[in-house]
This record gives sequence, C-alpha cells and structure tokens, in this order.
Amino acid sequence: MNNEYITITIDDQEIKARPGEFIVAAARRNGIYIPTLCNMPGVHPAGSCRICTVYVNGRPMTSCTTPVAEGMEIETRSPDLEDFRRSVVELLFVEGNHFCPACEKSGNCELQALGYRLEMMAPRYPYQFPERDIDASWPKLIKDHNRCVLCKRCIRTILDEEGHHIFAFRYRGHNLQITIDPEYGKNLTDELAEKAAKNCPVGSLLYRGKHGFETPIGQRKYDKEPIGSDVEKLKKAKVS
Amino acid sequence: MRKKIIATTSLAGCFGCHMSFLDIDERILDLVELVEFDKSPIDDIKKFTRECDIGLIEGGVCNSENVEVLKEFRKHCKVLVSFGECAIMGGLPALRNTVPIRECFEEAYLHGPSVEEANEEMILPNDEELPMILDKVYPCHEVVKIDYFLPGCPPRADLIWNTLYALVTGEEVKIPYEVIKYD
Repeated sequence: MNNEYITITIDDQEIKARPGEFIVAAARRNGIYIPTLCNMPGVHPAGSCRICTVYVNGRPMTSCTTPVAEGMEIETRSPDLEDFRRSVVELLFVEGNHFCPACEKSGNCELQALGYRLEMMAPRYPYQFPERDIDASWPKLIKDHNRCVLCKRCIRTILDEEGHHIFAFRYRGHNLQITIDPEYGKNLTDELAEKAAKNCPVGSLLYRGKHGFETPIGQRKYDKEPIGSDVEKLKKAKVS
Repeated sequence: MRKKIIATTSLAGCFGCHMSFLDIDERILDLVELVEFDKSPIDDIKKFTRECDIGLIEGGVCNSENVEVLKEFRKHCKVLVSFGECAIMGGLPALRNTVPIRECFEEAYLHGPSVEEANEEMILPNDEELPMILDKVYPCHEVVKIDYFLPGCPPRADLIWNTLYALVTGEEVKIPYEVIKYD
C-alpha cells in the first residue's frame, strides 16, 4: 500500500500525493488552494499564466506543470509570492481591454475573481488600451479579443467529433490571438460553443444561445466568496 | 479635535460614484459630525477655500480641464483617493481609447445618425473657451500620485463609508470581501 503514495510537504504540512500527479492537484485534494488561471482540473496543463507559481525546494516553479516527487518541500504562500501573483494579474488587466462594468462574464470571471482574492485595487503598470477587434462572424459564438488572456483553454478543450482542434493561435508576440479554424469551425455545435464559453475564464468567448447578465448582482459565482473557497472548505470539513 | 475637511469632484465620470456615496443612508449624519466639506458638488463650493485632508476623485482624465482640476486637488489635499472604475482605469469614457480622436469627433459631430442633419455647416467644436480634449482618457494615477483606490462601478457605499471612517478616525477598519468589486 505504502508505495502507492509519496509524501510531500506543503506549507509545513505533510501530505500524501499520488506519484505523477501535479502539485496543484495534490494540494487541491488536500484542501490547499493554489491560485490558477490557465489551469483546468483534468486537462493537460499549459503553464502559460504563471499565477500558480510556488517555491519548490526554494525555487520558483509553476505548480500546474510540476509533478510531485518524494520529499518535495513546497511553499505556496508568502508575501512575495502573493505580490508576484498580483503583479501577473495586474499585467493581464493592463495588457487587454478589461471593462468589467460592461462585461457579461463579470461576477463569474476567473481573472476578476483572482483580482478580488489577491486584493488588486489598481494595477501598478500603465494601461495599454490595445486596439483589438471582435469577431462576430460565427453563428454559435462571439469572440472578443479585448478580453482574451491567451490561456489556451479553448484550444485545449474544444475538439470536434473526429478529434480536430477547432481553436488555434495565430500571429506572434503581442499580436497573438485565438482564431477558429475556417474548416473545422463548421463543426462547432451549440453544445461545443456553450462548453467553450463555459471553459473561457474571462468573457472572451460568448455563446449566442444564452443571454448575458441573467444572474443578478449578488448571486454570481464570486460575489460572496473568493475563488478557491470550495477547495479550502474541503480542508475545514476534514479537520472538523 | 478639528473636523477633517473633505473635497470631492467628478472628472470624466457620470456622478454615479457620488450617488453611491450618498447611499451611506443615515450614516451621513455621523459623517457630518466627523467632517466638513470644502470644494465639492455636494455643497456646490466651486473653488478650494482652504487646505483639505481628503480628496475624493471620481472619473478619469479626458480633457485639459480635468488635468487642471486633478492637479489642484493634489496640491490642496493631503490624501487623494480614486473612487470608481473610471478614476482607476478610465472606465466607459476610455472605450474611445482605441479609436483615433479625429474619428471620434467626426462620428460625434458630423456623421452620427442624430447629428447628420443638425450640423449643416459641418462644425467641429473648437471654441477657445472649451477645454482641449486629450488623445486618450487616462486613469488619475497616471497623471498625479494617488494614495488609495476604491474599485467598483460604482464603489459600494459600505466601501466608501469604511474607507472614509478609517481615514478620518485613524482606526483600522476591516473591509468585507463582498464590497470590493470591479463592477
């Protein structure tokens, strides 16, 4: 039985982890929330946002892409890690055009929720106000590049029946954007479009079959409790 | 103890943040015990009459008059607070930031559906009495140093009240999670 689990230390607490699992998942199962944005449980990690950075044996590593190893000592929270994470969220806010008051995803947006959790009051960096367009040419969804944080969730999770990726990146550097494959995009069903909108952490992909602003303010996902509360409740339940 | 003196203004804003300020309800009676207002739309004082302790800024900076008022506030207030999304990131007025200024003017005064016939002489406003419009709408902290930020559209009344109470009394105030929102 013993060799099925390995022991790692997270924030001075010994926990059992399954060999090969990623730090973020092991922590999550044990009620320790590490903030993530591009990561999705059950989906192969991309490591593109860096928000889940933790210290592994004293070195900064992304916890969504680093598998656990016997005896690892991991630090997930410290003032400099919090500040580092906040700075990444701030960079994402100034790099795009994130007009929260006018966004359908507001209140259910993971980028915004991270801002709340990390107590971002105003970004330390200057706003870029980049010129970006909205692609409303597809029948099932609207793609707003102003809000995109390039997490690749849609690329990774939306495949048609034959396994073709429907979303892809195009252009390079600061022009990088999400595009829909002109051929396989025709296979974008209502179901897939709704899933894409749901998986999008921000309001960049909007499913046309639904109305925006349906949930009143005060009842939205992150109105009452910070992101990660569900994970942390797991721990409280275990203790009591 | 001398009452603290507060000044407020709305730059490129909609006065929604000031409305939210009034939403502190009966606590406004407590506030009157704690503070006096100087330059502010609340008492309609147009010019600073003395040095102030706290300045509340609503709205971003979209024209030369906004820059002037904001600099006046920095000069006369010990502590400056940006309140509302517009003051923090430009907000709704900043939607024009990705459109060249000439195009904005032409749409607003020459080719917009409601002005096409009204403006037969095709005039773009250029009277020297009018403030000059800036190339972009700027967040206040990109123009002067801002000490505190209260996000929200509008910032919740509880957030405004808690912050003012803390600044005026010097007491530490715990701000609940639900009151800090960006919308």
